[in-house]
Amino acid sequence: MSIKVRYFASLKESIGRSEDNLEFSGLATVGDVWHSANPNKALPDNSLAAVNMDYVELNNVVNDGDEVAFFPPVTGG
Amino acid sequence: MAIKVCAEPFDPWQEIQIHQHSANNMAGKFGATSIFIGTMRDFNEGDDVKGMTLEHYPGMTEKQLEKIVAEAVRQWPIIDALVVHRVGDILPNDPIVLVAVWTSHRGDAFDASRYIMEALKSRAPFWKKELLKSQAERWLVKNTDGYL
Repeated sequence: MSIKVRYFASLKESIGRSEDNLEFSGLATVGDVWHSANPNKALPDNSLAAVNMDYVELNNVVNDGDEVAFFPPVTGG
Repeated sequence: MAIKVCAEPFDPWQEIQIHQHSANNMAGKFGATSIFIGTMRDFNEGDDVKGMTLEHYPGMTEKQLEKIVAEAVRQWPIIDALVVHRVGDILPNDPIVLVAVWTSHRGDAFDASRYIMEALKSRAPFWKKELLKSQAERWLVKNTDGYL
């Protein structure tokens, strides 16, 4: 299955990419998506994750075609 | 209900006027309008700030703001609501955010606008990067809790 991964703000700057496109076979969680895309970097503790633009936990299972996003705490307003 | 993400400067007072005049069924129905405007300061955490870049997640921002307004509509008898938020390069004194809520009575207007604003602060995917007078840049790390 294909997963699009997006990164924002300071997290995007620290890994040096704004997106990845990954292929998985079998079951994968949001946490697996991070580890597969960034094998040498732990996800910072305070990071937030979204699937298809809704907030999720890292143990949320992903499906083919999902857009997964990782970003730091939000600071708008 | 209207939600706008603006890449250009906006005038919150004009936005309120235009929205209020274009809404069809409001005249004579609302007795209270609560307005919150967030404006960029030229100082933060003891430093002089000369500019700011506001990044957002297009699509998710609008989706989350729509959810937040829908939650408020379920909790209070809101006649109408308007949320406007800037993105891009911002200068001190520029408006950043506008939340306006129209209701029959003031308690609902105050409470609903506060709810929308606090939820926006903690859930809408925007990120601020400050440019200091010293030329250093820094990401804001976390929004403070507005109820503290």
